[in-house]
Amino acid sequence: MAAVADATAPVASIRQKVSRPMVVAAILVLWLLLFAVLRGRQTLTLAAADLTGLHRWLNDVNDSIGANRNSNPVFLYFFNEIRLVIDNLVTFVQSLISQPSGSRPVPQIGWLGVVGLVGYVSWAVGNWRVALLAVAGFTFFGLQGLWQESMDTLALTLSAVLVALVIGIPLGVWAGLSDRVNRIMTPFLDFMQTMPTFVYLAPLTLIFLIGGASAVITTVIYAAPPAIRITAYAIRSVPETTVEAADSLGATRAQQLVKVLLPMSKRTVVVGVNQTIMAALAMVTIAALIDAPGLGKTVVQALQSLDVGTAFNAGLAIVVMAIVLDRVTTAAAVRTESRRTGEGRFAKWRRPLLGAGGVAALVLVYLSHTYVWAAEFPGDGTVGSHIASAADTTSTWLQDHLFGLTNALRDAVTNGLLNPFQTLLTDSPWWLVGAVLVALGAVLGGRRAGVTAAVCVGLLVGTGLWSDSMTTLASTVVATILTMLAGVVFGVWMGRSTLADRLIRPTLDAAQVMPPFVYLVPFLALFGATRFTAIIAGVVYAAPVAIKIIADGVRNVSESTVEAATSAGCNSWQIITKVQLPMARSALTLATNQGLIYVLSMVVLGGLVGAGALGYDVVAGFSQGELYGKGLAAGLAIVLLGVMFDRITQAAARRTRA
Amino acid sequence: MSRHWRAGAAGLAVLGLTLTACGGAKVGDSSSAGSKSSGGKCGTFNLAVNPWVGYEADAAVVAYVAQHDLGCTVNKKDLKEEIAWQGFGTGEVDAVLENWGHDDLKKKYITGQKTAVEAGSTGNKGIIGWYVPPWLAKAHPDITNWESLNKYAANFKTSESGGKGQLLDGDPSYVTNDAALVTNLKLNFKVVYAGSETALIQAFRTAEKNKQWLIGYFYEPQWFLSEVPLVKVNLPKYTTGCDADAAKVACDYPVYDLDKIVSTSFAKSDSPAYKLVKNFNWTNDDQNTVAKYIAQDKLSDDAAAKKWVDANKDKVDAWLK
Repeated sequence: MAAVADATAPVASIRQKVSRPMVVAAILVLWLLLFAVLRGRQTLTLAAADLTGLHRWLNDVNDSIGANRNSNPVFLYFFNEIRLVIDNLVTFVQSLISQPSGSRPVPQIGWLGVVGLVGYVSWAVGNWRVALLAVAGFTFFGLQGLWQESMDTLALTLSAVLVALVIGIPLGVWAGLSDRVNRIMTPFLDFMQTMPTFVYLAPLTLIFLIGGASAVITTVIYAAPPAIRITAYAIRSVPETTVEAADSLGATRAQQLVKVLLPMSKRTVVVGVNQTIMAALAMVTIAALIDAPGLGKTVVQALQSLDVGTAFNAGLAIVVMAIVLDRVTTAAAVRTESRRTGEGRFAKWRRPLLGAGGVAALVLVYLSHTYVWAAEFPGDGTVGSHIASAADTTSTWLQDHLFGLTNALRDAVTNGLLNPFQTLLTDSPWWLVGAVLVALGAVLGGRRAGVTAAVCVGLLVGTGLWSDSMTTLASTVVATILTMLAGVVFGVWMGRSTLADRLIRPTLDAAQVMPPFVYLVPFLALFGATRFTAIIAGVVYAAPVAIKIIADGVRNVSESTVEAATSAGCNSWQIITKVQLPMARSALTLATNQGLIYVLSMVVLGGLVGAGALGYDVVAGFSQGELYGKGLAAGLAIVLLGVMFDRITQAAARRTRA
Repeated sequence: MSRHWRAGAAGLAVLGLTLTACGGAKVGDSSSAGSKSSGGKCGTFNLAVNPWVGYEADAAVVAYVAQHDLGCTVNKKDLKEEIAWQGFGTGEVDAVLENWGHDDLKKKYITGQKTAVEAGSTGNKGIIGWYVPPWLAKAHPDITNWESLNKYAANFKTSESGGKGQLLDGDPSYVTNDAALVTNLKLNFKVVYAGSETALIQAFRTAEKNKQWLIGYFYEPQWFLSEVPLVKVNLPKYTTGCDADAAKVACDYPVYDLDKIVSTSFAKSDSPAYKLVKNFNWTNDDQNTVAKYIAQDKLSDDAAAKKWVDANKDKVDAWLK
């Protein structure tokens, strides 16, 4: 909370500069005073097995959907048709690269063909460097002994991304052209991105049945919003003057869109595609819970017997796939840019080379279709078992040697920071905490943020899970503070040194896409089934984003300013604290915003490792029919917390920039 | 430019020809040897696999027998209980092999929607209760009696338990009365929800290794007990009906007769797989053996099943009669 206050304090007018932190401090002191008097009253606690009327009503709604599935026309003529189309798409892609079809014991295209095609496409849309990376990455799946699993994951991811883009890009264009559509769509997108997947997993399988369709739709719900948002942003950021010029030349609206807006926003749209792919890969392990085939299943199954090595091996394959797809799409974005600004030196050669490469890829595809050696990856994945045993050894070593240290750290943070803060939140009367949140929102973010906070507080009380929400809030805030600490330390380091950036960045990428399930087992061994384990898992997931944003912010501080400070005799510490960090203020606020949202998206996973509260409610709702309604309400509470903090920090960020 | 073009094409042709020449076996050449299923009477058999290793062992063996002796095409589907039961109605799931009580689901799907029916016991006895790591039971033998728990409550304190002793609970899908038990037995403990089986097992593993105090919810049959033989704490004896009112429970959990559930349409079909499911019956030791193959010896499901089936021909034959 202090971080937010610091980041937003210094603004244009001098009066505000003094008063805003003072007001925040006054609010906090008043809260502490009232807490001392009113402790333990009107805390709205609800025991783990208890339900409210709302929860029961949600249960009934869910049951009635299940009971009417086979007679309801909406199912017969709408959902079933959607399911059929998507199911066919998935089955088709799977029969191409991952699953045997008909009388063929292997997929249509074997490993050699896939590697050849991937290399060719990467080279055609990107450059030869990413093509090499792609070929190496895909060959690595085979060496790991995970070829088929990887292809299943790739098939599902590609299908989901395709569906997400078919829906997302037109919606994004629409939202880019119309302010009203944009305003209506934003809350829905927030909802899709922050609602925990566990909440809609069970109902989805009821609507779309168990199988490929449900897995793809689950993924699309989470992966389409970035495509929509970024496309809308791309359309909006085409310069006004260009559009006006087209207007004055008499272009119709359709011409304007096709000839001006779309070509000019192509590069940013490719970034949207990139983000959609990353989001889709993040769903791999979750989709495995409803029988989606692929690497996610390997991870989930290995963890039933606490087999960290096997889980890590599969997790590593997901990381490699994410890095390959990320680099290829990024290279594609760069290429669309350079094509626009003028063709490269080898333009003359490009066309014939593309043709020749295409023929070579086709030959490889033909071979892999026809011959067994090119269809089934040779060897038995010895590399994979080496990786697995190395991961096992490392994890055991860490557990044996760090145990005392990690326990001490956990107890220090829990007793020193988390427990007092949580007590303050859960034992204060609900209206007091609510008033504090609204007041902080208003002071930091302005009147509109205050109103949003008030609405969210009201709805949180309505979910019947106020006390659990406050417990989760306490852990979330502590995790965000730790995330920001890591963000500032590593972000400044990376921002100031290109070498550090180059060394650390791949680790950050890996931490973002490695399925959390994989590192939860070692964390459990080190920290036990506690709220602290959940906090650390949240930090590991959220810190990379914060670090990257802060590093960018620090790097963007103009060099002449830093040079001026150096010549004025400032030392490094002074440059960081007096020049670079204050000037990267808006990056810090953005990092806080994203850090909080990412930490919140780990709340459910936290529920699996001892965090209790909202995360546990969601998990329990997923596993027990009677608790379904409560789980849904808990999911809503997480969305509400997310929306409240997003609006407050964004409003605060806008003020800083102003 | 066209010269390069031609050279490239020629090079590719040579490459292509070489690769084809040393081609080797063609796809489909010997594929018919793979499946010896001539029967085809069985068709597809959709088997739900719930996420714990004991169940995985059941499913491995049943699937292996269905595939090799009955010629079924077995689709194993990894699903949580609630979703698996939901699948009975939509035709996506034919059978659930190891059901732990779950009266709520039985009420909803068997008596309510009538999409599922019972298919008899698996022969496994499910025991639920409070367990402590073996070192603790050895150091303080009286701890296995619930009445002495309060004496030790302070030792079970953790950062999560708010000054009381911690009673660790696991995956929320499992049957539990622990919160009510703590209140009704007037124990100075707090139930802390680990949230998953993984977390629970890891907690016991760490506790045994580092000689930490830990008491938690656990159950057998479970593969982990062959790695660390946890010791059960005796709660007041279970008598029929003592758990009738969930809020007033003050007795141990009953011994669960684990049973099989199948979809109504599967039960009505004359699929040989249904007969297999109905006849399937084995002991806790059998299941533990296969679960150990999977969890500790790291065999694949199929290899583990084969190993057990080959050694227990007589039992398998009895299921096929």
